[in-house]
Amino acid sequence: MKPRTADKIATTVIVALALLIVAILIGLLGYILVRGFGHISWDFLTSAPQKIRAGGGVGPQLFNSLFLLVLTLLITVPLGLGAGIFMAEYARPGKLTNFIRLIVEVLSSFPSIIVGLFGLLLIVNYFDLGFSLVSGALALTVFNLPLMVRITEQAFRAVPKQQKEAGFALGLSKWKIVTSVLLPVALPTIITGTILSAGRVFGEAAALMFTAGMSSPRLDFTNWNPLSPSSPLNPFRPAETLAVHIWKINSEGLAPDAAEIAAGASAVLVITVLIFNLAARFFGRYIYRKLTASKRMN
Amino acid sequence: MGTAAAVRESFQTENLSIFYGTYEAVKGISLPFAQNTVTALIGPSGCGKSTFLRSLNRMNDDISGSTTKGSIWIDGVDINASGTDVIKLRQKIGMVWQKPNPFYKSIYDNIAFGPKYHGIKNKKELDQIVESSLRRAALWDEVKDRLKDSALALSGGQQQRLCIARALSVNPQILLLDEPASALDPVSTGKVEELIKELKEELRIVIVTHNMQQAARISDFTAYFYLGSLVEYDKTEKIFSNPDNQMTQEYIMGRFG
Amino acid sequence: MSVKPKKTKLEKHHIEDFIGRSYMSLCVLLLIVIIVSMVYFVASKGLANFFSGRVSLSEFFGGTKWAPDADTPSYGALPFISGSFLVTLLAALIASPLSICAALFMTEIVPSWGKKLLQPVIELLSGIPSVVYGFVGLSVIVPFLRDTFPGQGIGVAAGALVLSVMILPTITSVAADALAALPQNLKESSFALGATRWQTISRVILPTTFPAIMTGVVLGMARAFGEALAVQMVIGNAPFVPKSLFESASTLTSVITLGMGNTTMGSTHNNALWSMALVLMLMTFLFVLVVRMLERRNKI
Repeated sequence: MKPRTADKIATTVIVALALLIVAILIGLLGYILVRGFGHISWDFLTSAPQKIRAGGGVGPQLFNSLFLLVLTLLITVPLGLGAGIFMAEYARPGKLTNFIRLIVEVLSSFPSIIVGLFGLLLIVNYFDLGFSLVSGALALTVFNLPLMVRITEQAFRAVPKQQKEAGFALGLSKWKIVTSVLLPVALPTIITGTILSAGRVFGEAAALMFTAGMSSPRLDFTNWNPLSPSSPLNPFRPAETLAVHIWKINSEGLAPDAAEIAAGASAVLVITVLIFNLAARFFGRYIYRKLTASKRMN
Repeated sequence: MGTAAAVRESFQTENLSIFYGTYEAVKGISLPFAQNTVTALIGPSGCGKSTFLRSLNRMNDDISGSTTKGSIWIDGVDINASGTDVIKLRQKIGMVWQKPNPFYKSIYDNIAFGPKYHGIKNKKELDQIVESSLRRAALWDEVKDRLKDSALALSGGQQQRLCIARALSVNPQILLLDEPASALDPVSTGKVEELIKELKEELRIVIVTHNMQQAARISDFTAYFYLGSLVEYDKTEKIFSNPDNQMTQEYIMGRFG
Repeated sequence: MSVKPKKTKLEKHHIEDFIGRSYMSLCVLLLIVIIVSMVYFVASKGLANFFSGRVSLSEFFGGTKWAPDADTPSYGALPFISGSFLVTLLAALIASPLSICAALFMTEIVPSWGKKLLQPVIELLSGIPSVVYGFVGLSVIVPFLRDTFPGQGIGVAAGALVLSVMILPTITSVAADALAALPQNLKESSFALGATRWQTISRVILPTTFPAIMTGVVLGMARAFGEALAVQMVIGNAPFVPKSLFESASTLTSVITLGMGNTTMGSTHNNALWSMALVLMLMTFLFVLVVRMLERRNKI
């Protein structure tokens, strides 16, 4: 074959396969949204699921997912910041640093089902926290922490080192420089990364099946006393999330409209992840503009 | 050593050597810096002048693998000795770099940040420090109406003067300048040079520069570095009119470097 | 000159730095505690059956019969181990060429807008939750396979297809980074010799970036091997060594997912599931090791 002909064929194949990926995404999103969108209604988003009858909603599951996400971020963000700042600003090259880096890498490579099993063994059984929001949040912390460490480390490394020098020359302590000079510069990147990781947490199911549990008690959304068993805020109640719910109705759903509910719930999940993605992008750009644009006062 | 102390300048180095690993970047340099003078450090790239400057407020501490030998005396105390509170020390020594590096904060906060950290909480007092620092850096008139704007919105020359103002805000006794005008346009350079001349009335200044004319214009003393060694140190007029050393002569005439 | 060791006053900055360091040390320590306890707990549970002699290593790794509820129970995990490897390899085989083409498209064919088009596509694909992949697999791929091929549609083929889409983003982004990092002059000198683009790609670019691209492939395989729910939903979950791509089968993750909730902690059956979790964990270590080796080779 002439080199030119081969070149043309190869180029065509490459372009075709690349476009196939675009088509796969469009097909996927299109399918989920078209099939699920019709099922989404205010009632669907707020009412409780039905076991064997049609017309159930995903209200508690949606609430659980959001609540769990907030709990998880409350735990992971401070921890991830601490370890990430250590890796970026304090760790000197050496065995210990390499070891910690290996730990972060291994931890982020663990399948999420392993994280779920670990949570089941240690948090649910050993610490006796049962199938609960706390257990779920702790498992998701293990799942999300390595990512937060990486996001923080990279964000801090991207800050010009002259910023640190300027702080030193003013006689500031290193910790003060980190928190008051470097952190504000790194923050937009950290927030963007955190929002993206939030999408991942929101859609996670395998780590939650055996920690947050696969059921949700009847919730009374007028009861905001966190100690009451029917209160949505009670951190020690089981909390099936949206993602777990999708899995459950697909494998053991008895309601006649199980497929529609799964489609609707999938659409909600995907739309939420899309919103997270767009928010991260938008926010990143907004902050970037705010930091660099010359805004003049009159 | 005991008698030497009597003739010491209140700020000087004594046999200062700096190593990166086993490489000796600065070789046993003793230099005095008199009050109310500007000392220029000149020499070809890689001669160790910037390294030397950075060691004066122990900025090299943060580079792993670098070690410093010898002494840096400030008011009779060797700040290079172990046990020195480096962070407190740096308050006394301000520093400005080649590339302007304002904090990602408002103009006001850039200046007020240091004093606030060092204990000044009173808003009026802070306002005063901000104004006087900006005035001393000849920037006040240009920014007084937009102190709340981001410092990054300023031009390069303004940013550099802001950095000088920031350094002045904590009342240092010594100002270290690492090629402060090399990234600026001629007009801004002129302003910064004018500023340096005014500031030496209040403190002492050490400046690294690649620009011979600049060194001649603004400095009182000049030290010529080559390959980590101090080749010649004298009054600036002497160095630029009739240096003792052939190498100094050639460098100043622009034959190499 | 003897300097008396002055007692340094506890300054504000000392306190701040102490607090900062303690806080960070705690965070790092927590990371270490997490990983150590994970390894310890999974290993001790996973090895329990072997130590107590209730299941032998040869039975577990060599046995093809999984019948924990039979009168004479047998705990052969080979069907699941082989299922896991099979879907992982197939997924990598499907996804790798696609991903490499996508990476070439972004960096070599139309660098001007290829990245702008594919970058968001890749990010969105990687953002879609795995249960959604499972759901779409179950409602699109399985019926399609059922109508096109013999069998019920569920099985290894369905699992591999779903996984291949899931690992596309991983391989593509690593491969694209590797291609983008290639020195410009390498390509230019090839073009200068009169080589066509495809000749340059096949003889210069791909061989040079091979270890880096393989890193992406291994990372993708690691993800496929550990994925639980999406596979479980489409593979059929029959405990047999797969003989055909279109027959119901199982993976390690799918058996754990289904079995863990229905067995009593501490029973032989339950411990056998933990042994599978241990296998998953060891495979993770292996994947990380291989990635590190490839990265080292890539640096030289």
